[in-house]
This record gives sequence, structure tokens and C-alpha cells, in this order.
Amino acid sequence: MSWTITPDLIPGLARGAAVLGTGGGGDPYIGGLLAAQALRQHGDVTVVPLRDVPDDAVVLTVAMMGAPTVMVEKLPSLDEVVAPVHALEASLGRAVTHIACAEVGGVNSTIPIAAAAALGLPLIDGDGMGRAFPELQMVLPTLYGINASPLAFSDEKGNVGVLNTIDNSWTERIARVACVEMGCSVMISGFAMSGSQAREALVGDSLSLCSEIGEGIAAAREAKADPVADTVRLLGGREFFAGKVVDVQRATTTGFARGRARVEGADTTLELLFQNEHLVAEVDGNPVVTTPDLIIVLEHDSGEPITTEGLRYGQRVRVIAAPSDERWHSAQALAMVGPGYFGYDTPSHRFDGSVDAVEPSDEAAA
Amino acid sequence: MHIGIDVGGTNTDAVLMDDTRTLAAVKHATTPDVTTGIVQAIGDLRAGHHFDGSEITAVMIGTTHFINALVQAKRLAPTAALRLGLPATQALPPLVDWPAELVEAISARSYLAHGGYEFDGRPISPLDPEELRAHAADMRANGIRSVAISSVFSPVNHDLEVEAARIVAEELGPDVAISLSHEIGRIGLLERENATIINAALRELASEIVDGLTAAVRKQGIEAPIFLSQNDGTLMDEEYVRLYPVATFASGPTNSMRGAAMTSGLDTCAVVDIGGTTSDVGLLINGFPRETSNEVKVAGIRTNFRMPDVLSIGIGGGSIVNLETAEVGPESVGYRLMTEALVFGGSTLTATDVAVAAGRADIGDASKVAHLDPEFVERVLSRIADRVAEAVDRMRTSPEPIPVVAVGGGSVLLSDELPLFGSVHRPENFAVANAIGASIAQVGGEIDKVYAIEPGRREAAIAEVRAEAVDKAIAAGASPGSVSIVDFDEIPIPYLPGNATRIRVKAVGDLDMAVVR
Repeated sequence: MSWTITPDLIPGLARGAAVLGTGGGGDPYIGGLLAAQALRQHGDVTVVPLRDVPDDAVVLTVAMMGAPTVMVEKLPSLDEVVAPVHALEASLGRAVTHIACAEVGGVNSTIPIAAAAALGLPLIDGDGMGRAFPELQMVLPTLYGINASPLAFSDEKGNVGVLNTIDNSWTERIARVACVEMGCSVMISGFAMSGSQAREALVGDSLSLCSEIGEGIAAAREAKADPVADTVRLLGGREFFAGKVVDVQRATTTGFARGRARVEGADTTLELLFQNEHLVAEVDGNPVVTTPDLIIVLEHDSGEPITTEGLRYGQRVRVIAAPSDERWHSAQALAMVGPGYFGYDTPSHRFDGSVDAVEPSDEAAA
Repeated sequence: MHIGIDVGGTNTDAVLMDDTRTLAAVKHATTPDVTTGIVQAIGDLRAGHHFDGSEITAVMIGTTHFINALVQAKRLAPTAALRLGLPATQALPPLVDWPAELVEAISARSYLAHGGYEFDGRPISPLDPEELRAHAADMRANGIRSVAISSVFSPVNHDLEVEAARIVAEELGPDVAISLSHEIGRIGLLERENATIINAALRELASEIVDGLTAAVRKQGIEAPIFLSQNDGTLMDEEYVRLYPVATFASGPTNSMRGAAMTSGLDTCAVVDIGGTTSDVGLLINGFPRETSNEVKVAGIRTNFRMPDVLSIGIGGGSIVNLETAEVGPESVGYRLMTEALVFGGSTLTATDVAVAAGRADIGDASKVAHLDPEFVERVLSRIADRVAEAVDRMRTSPEPIPVVAVGGGSVLLSDELPLFGSVHRPENFAVANAIGASIAQVGGEIDKVYAIEPGRREAAIAEVRAEAVDKAIAAGASPGSVSIVDFDEIPIPYLPGNATRIRVKAVGDLDMAVVR
């Protein structure tokens, strides 16, 4: 069943996106406002389930690339949100029929809504990850051999570039340099897919899930029920830790906000290691869950998601582990997004504490 | 001698101070017009402890006038919001997320123009004077009397805001007030811009209020300078208030916290202000309230004011107590305490009744609560102590022990010993802590910018920023020898190259009376 995104659904969607953003993806406020404005200006957006996308559809992902910190100051224009899509239509020689989210998490759940509204196109109820990751190539379509390029990027000045690269890692490298030069906040579009490719490579129902999580947290608060328990149920995960943030350390290395946070529970201590997103959770020194599964930090009572930038001493938090899409656990996928890729010396631990049998080869992890 | 006055929504408190000693203290109901209440308060102080007008060196006033005007959407000037940043930012024009009734109350007009900077100071686009003149003409045609100018990344470089102000002023003349965003807020365009628009809408009222306060004080034969409290507890002079009325918004809680600190002699402590319905917990670090790092909504508008971080829990003197669970609040009988509480012959068990039963307070008829089981009374009080202790623990920034100071009429509810924190400090004159807080004479300067720090240059860069903050405090009236850095924060920004770092520094010093006079 397709459904419709109206401006009143945006706050819930944005909150759900911050939950699935596992600490990264930036403040959902601006992205939410942008989507709500675009909906008011251009009309509501139809969301199509993956199974209803026709084989011959032309699907593009739309996302923001850059620093969320810049985006709160240099606000976007709608023009730069649609420009890369138009550039790719010209490059591909075909009209785009559907927009999709590359990641569901933070602002990149709501920016495609704004793009779909402005372009008058339907949005696919799905995304390329089922969560958030920091680099452009870290999407399931990469595993299916779908090229990020041609990838278009644009700034608010009207500069538009189209990249044709040899693989998705090169796309990330070149686009990142252009992004900084263009003011560190650009809109990108790429991963051109047919409908049948999209059905195979994307994670389904992720926007519905965002909305359900966000609305669920609000409803539970209203009913004086437990918003965290509701989120755990929707994600099929488990709450594995509750406590107080007692220390947060941050440093910027190689362009990412790396850091660690210590949370003290009743008898044990949790260490969260993050790089924009939460990537490893250790209890008393032992990893209990790692990327690619989801580590989500919620405010103890309100269930409000807390970004890694928003973590500070004294917060009472509850921490959820939730399963990621099964395909993230293949050897090839773990080489791309497992703990090893981010420099953590531990095998991947699933949300339930089990260790992934497949290890990424040393060569792939390097 | 100097005078501290706090004009609250309900009460106007005033104190006559000799340095840090309270010579006289009075409490009055706040009057609808500013002048009468102030004239009365000063008159009563004089009756309490005679002084000559010439003996007063300064009058410090904390007021809720401005925040109330915004909340009630009254007495606001027709205001234009002009943003420099085209072609960026078009999707979210100024006033985008404002409540409709406030947009109407300020007859708001919104304009976008070219200008603004990138994060690293490169221009987005050059200023277009003709475009600005056309906007100004439209403002004049629409009866705009106050203008808020914001520019993308103006905390990094504010030149274009200043230049645009010059051009707009040329067109509109000296009677139209202009507020610039870089002087008001920090990084975060929408929030900074919102604060600037609020400030602009209050500029006319600010002149009116300052004139009224000045007239009231002069009427009492006092020629000393008049200062108003800012959100962070530092002072601003009359001229500054006319320019930045928005800086007074949170002075109420700030003054009560600072007053609590001064009367208790502690400059780093947690302050628990227990009223009728809530307990407000704040943190003082080096004599100043810790500010919230989150966005603050005022009258439904998202801002990033410098506001004290206050945690409110539903425990106060009027809180209703559950006879079975011994749980307190959040429901409260509020202003009906004098009729509904058991000790006043009512039928509702309130926290005040429990305090009387425990012998902690002597209000109303103690025999009306004699039937309460002492064990139950003990359970209620320890529940209150537990929850207040938890709130304080939530607020503190490190596991280091911190003293706790209790003020406010409801502070009798709090036992003398708190879990985790030990004994509670109870200063004298806690009822007028607000006015005492207002009377503390310090001024400050703050810098908040994004810097690209080159390798090996970190120390030098930080030293530069600190010096800039000190200069700002001196410009605000601090005596140079007394200025010190009270707050420093360094946050690396992800994805940006060249170690882009956001640095916030606050410097504060004693008010230099010789300079202000």
C-alpha cells in the first residue's frame, strides 16, 4: 500500500530517523523543516512500497553530503536539492521516476522527501542501509555491483558536477574533496537503479519504520507508557544497558568526529565508541554489539534519541541494540562496514551478543 | 551602597546593599506600570535603612518585562527580518517556524538578499547595495520601525551585517532601530536570527522601559548609573538594554541562583529553588549559572539564547502527597495552598502539611496534621530528598562532590542531609535572593566562533580567542585587572578539514564604577 507524507507527519519521521541514525546524521530539525516547507509549497509526497516499484522504473538516491554543523548555518535552498537529479537525467538520457533515500538516519531521511516534493516524484519506502553510515559507498547497492556514479553534486550557487568513477570508493574520495571546496554542505544524487535492482538492493519499509518509531515515542509519552520499550519492540532489538553518562571524549581525526563515551550502570560500565555513528559498545571491556548492527542511545525517560554530538555528562540514558539488515553480515559487507574498517580490533558482534562467524579477510579490511 | 531590585511577574523584591552585606530588604506586589513599583520599593528601603540619594553608587535591576511582552505578544514593534545569504538558505526564509500569532503581532516582513560567508570565511556572494535599498524601500512602505539583520556565518565574519546595516540605515533614517545577529547569538542561523528578530521587536519597548526605570530611580533623588541583569548574571547599562533587550530574558532564575551563591558564600554549587509547584535546580560554576547547550524555545520560538540550564521537577510546597505511595506531586494545589492544605483547614494533603507534621515548618494549625504517622512523614521527606538529589546529580558536570544551596519558600521541604551530597546550605535572606543576585556587579564578554586551527598553532589560536573575550568584557565596563576567563569550550567539527574547531570563551570582571560614572 502506498501512503502519503503530509507536513504533520514530519516531526515523527524526523525523530524516528534520529533513532535509526544511531547517533549520527546530524540534527533532524533543519531536515524536517526543509521537508515540511517543500510539502507545503509543492504538495504531499506519495510513498511507494518496494514491491510496487515497476521493473522499468528509474530510481535515484538523494542525500546531503558534508558537515551537519555547516548545514545549521548555511541553510539549503530547494534548488540545490533538485539540481543533481536534473543533471543525472541529462547524463542518463532518461527521466527519473522514483526517488529513494541512500540512508535512513538524521537529515538524509527528510532531504529526499523535500526533493521528491519539489520534483513531483514518488518516494520509495526504503533506503540503501536501514541505518546511517558515514561514507557514500557504504550502501547495500554497492554489494550488488550498482555504481554510485554517475553521481551528481550541487551547491546553492548553482555549481553542479557529475562524476564518472571506476568504483564507489573513488566516488566518495572525489566527491568529499569537492564538497569541502563547495562549502562543506552539498546535495548529491546517484546510484541509478532500475526498479528490479532497487527491489533487490534496498532495505524495504524504512520510512514507515521511521514514522512508526517517531509516532510511537510521542504516543507512549502521551500515554505515560515507556517510549523506549516501544522502540525496542518495533526494532526487534533489546535494551542492553541503562545508566548515566559519566565521561565523553571527542577528537577530530581524518575528517570524522571520533570519540568515546562512558556510561555507568548499576554494577557495570558501558563504553561507546563512535565515529559520527555509534560503532562499538563494550561492557566492562568486552564488546557486546558492534557495527553493522544498530547501537541506539535514548534519553532515559522521554525516549528522545541523543546524537553523538549531543552526548554530555549527567544524561540518564538507555541503550538499545537492534539487528541491521541481514545482508550487512556477509564477509564482503563486513569488510566495508564492520568494526575492522573503522579501525576497531574486534570481530562483528550482533545485537544479541553473538559473534559473526564470517570474518572479513585481512586484505579486505585494510 | 547600592540597590538591587528584581521585578518579577508577581513580586518586586528590593535590597539595599553595602558591598555584600544586606542593609535592608523589602517585598511588594509588582505594579502594572514600572514606575510606581520601583518608587515604592526604593521608598521602603529608605524607611528600613536611611540613606541619601548621593550615597548610592549604582542601581541594578532584574526584570521580566521583556520576556512577558513576547509571551503575551503585546507592545511589539513592526519588524522586518533581512537575511544575507542568497543564493543559499532560500528554502527556509526568516520567520519560517514562528507561531502565526507572533508573526502577526510584529507585523513581520521577511527579506532575503545576497551576501554571507562560508564556514571558512570565503564569501558566498557579494553584497548588492541596490537590492538592499529596494528591500529598505519596501520596509518603509510597510511601516517597519525595527529591522533584524542576519548573515550566514556572521559569527565567523560579521563585516557584511555591518555594511548592510549602514545601507539600510541610510534609506530608513535614524528612527528605525537595527539589530545585528552576530551581536546577539551564536552559530546556528535560524536560532540566532530568531533571537535577533525578537530583539528587534522589543527595541521600542526597551526604550520605554529604560526611560520609566530611570525616571523612577531619579525621582528618589538617586543619580547613580542604572544597570539591568542579563541572562548569564552579568550586567548591562541602560544604553546596552536599549540595543539588546533580549539579553534580559532569563535573568529571573539567574538572579535567584547568583543571590543564593552570594548569601551562602559559595561560588561553585548547585542551587535548589523550591517554590509552590516546582523545584528548579541549576548549577553555578565560578559564580555563574551553567548555560544550556540545547536550543531553548521562548514563546514557541526556537532560539539559542545564553540561558541558564535549569531542571524543573514537580515538587513544591503545594504539591499533593499520595497517602498510599508517599509520592509527591507533580499535581499541586498552587495558589490555593492557603485554603486547601490541611494545616489551613482544607482537605488536601500537601507537602507543606508534611513539613509542618515533621516540625520543619511552623505554618497554619499543626494540630490538623498531628494524626499523620511519623513513619509516613519520614518516607515522604526522604522521597523528596531522593528526588532532589537525583535532579542535582543529573545537573552536575562531573562526579566531583558539589555543595547544595536551598532557597525559596518551599525549601523547608528539603531535609538537612541529601543522599550523595551531604548537608544542605540554607542562606539567610533566601526570600529576596533574586534582588541580591541582581545587585552583584559583574560584566562579561563572550566569543563563539569556528576556527581552522593549523597544526602546532592550537595554543596561539586559543590565546588569541581568550584575549578577544577579555577585550569584549573590558568594552562592556569591566575593570581590566579583574577580568578572568570563566568558561572555555572547544568542540571539533566533523567532516571539516584543517582541524576546524568551534571555540567558546567567556570572560568576566568586576564592574568598573570609575568608568561607568
